[in-house]
Amino acid sequence: MNWFSAIGDFLSSSANWSGGDGIPIRLLQHLEYTALALVFAMLIGLPVGAVVGHTGRGGFLLVGLANYLRALPSVGLLVLAFLAIGLGLVPPLIALIILAVPPVLAGTYSGIASVEASVVDAARGVGMRWYQVLFGVEIPNALPLILGGIRSAALQVVATATIAAEVALGGLGRFIIDGYAEHTLDGYAQMAAGAVLVAVLALLVDGAFALVQRFAVSPGLRAHIQKSGGRT
Amino acid sequence: MSWTNKHWGEIWSLAQVHLYLSLLPVLFGLILAIPLGWLACRSRMLRGFLLSVSGVLYTIPSLALVVVMPILLGTDILDPVNMIVTLTVYTIALLVRSVADALSAVPTEIIASATAMGFKPLRRFFTVELPLAIPVLVAGVRVATVANISLASIGALIGLGGLGQLFTDGFQRNFLTEVVVGVIACVLLAVLADTVLLMLGRIATPWARAVRR
Repeated sequence: MNWFSAIGDFLSSSANWSGGDGIPIRLLQHLEYTALALVFAMLIGLPVGAVVGHTGRGGFLLVGLANYLRALPSVGLLVLAFLAIGLGLVPPLIALIILAVPPVLAGTYSGIASVEASVVDAARGVGMRWYQVLFGVEIPNALPLILGGIRSAALQVVATATIAAEVALGGLGRFIIDGYAEHTLDGYAQMAAGAVLVAVLALLVDGAFALVQRFAVSPGLRAHIQKSGGRT
Repeated sequence: MSWTNKHWGEIWSLAQVHLYLSLLPVLFGLILAIPLGWLACRSRMLRGFLLSVSGVLYTIPSLALVVVMPILLGTDILDPVNMIVTLTVYTIALLVRSVADALSAVPTEIIASATAMGFKPLRRFFTVELPLAIPVLVAGVRVATVANISLASIGALIGLGGLGQLFTDGFQRNFLTEVVVGVIACVLLAVLADTVLLMLGRIATPWARAVRR
């Protein structure tokens, strides 16, 4: 059997593009899990990272903690949460949030901690309060690294949201898990097609974040980064 | 606890498979990333090319890559080689940048003095540049190792062994203890491997300690 034509057949068959278990619905479910996990991870990672980066206290502890969180296997956490809680959206969300928090946290912390001390001193010197320094100076200056952290979190969550299918939810992982369960060549073609869809979605999400990073970063910083300085 | 005591041998053999699935790729990845990183640090154009290819490779989800591997390699779908090649790809993608950064951080005076002492490029690379790059390199290898140990458990979803089997098995039997043991074992392996690499890095760079004293 030719794999490429088998994947092509699966992806071009109109039956696979409609109904409750069609590709569009699975794609939307996949994006829904990703977005939810990302929002919660940002609600945790952004404030904690910002406070630690701003005060400079506990940075060493935070980096260590973030590293060990990365060692937790997502599939294990998912099954653990599922056995403890049961069916529903919560178990995969817990696994995905734990996956997404470390990069958001690390990006925010290192972004804010690496803002030049002279810039922060100058802001304090002109009489800015701590929250003005944080929101008006540190966060805008740290934005490239903060967005970089969110981007890498998004990428990992898109890739890992496939595991939600293991606990009877939807998403693009359905094609992979169901295809594997069939143990037939058709099933394997479905698995491979699902894999291709996840990879394409990951590339698209990464590209979208690259665009956001480009437009959300202050032009002053961009000129500073490029150094060639097209603007005058 | 009684389950753990009874199944100690089984857990140990799964842990061995897990280590083999996740650490062999670190070794292969490092061996392949060193020449690639060297190329990337030599030419600006190659650097841009290699780093963007690594970026794209790193974007591909692991479950997706491991599933597509049989098509690319012609292997059986249950062949552990699929997981090993997948994780090797990620390790290379991660380490090319580390190697390139580490080599570019070697001070030019040192390279110039080695050349002036008559070191040929190859010998200079292995006896001067590479050893000086070790601290940055070890940092990259540690990240890749911890990531591989965590990713290797995904293989269990499609029938590849390792500690991930404790998750799929515990899931099917609705048995919490087995899953908890699996998570703890994964984290322990990661922490252990990380500590060993940290120490190896220290041992390989005795001059760094000499400066501190």
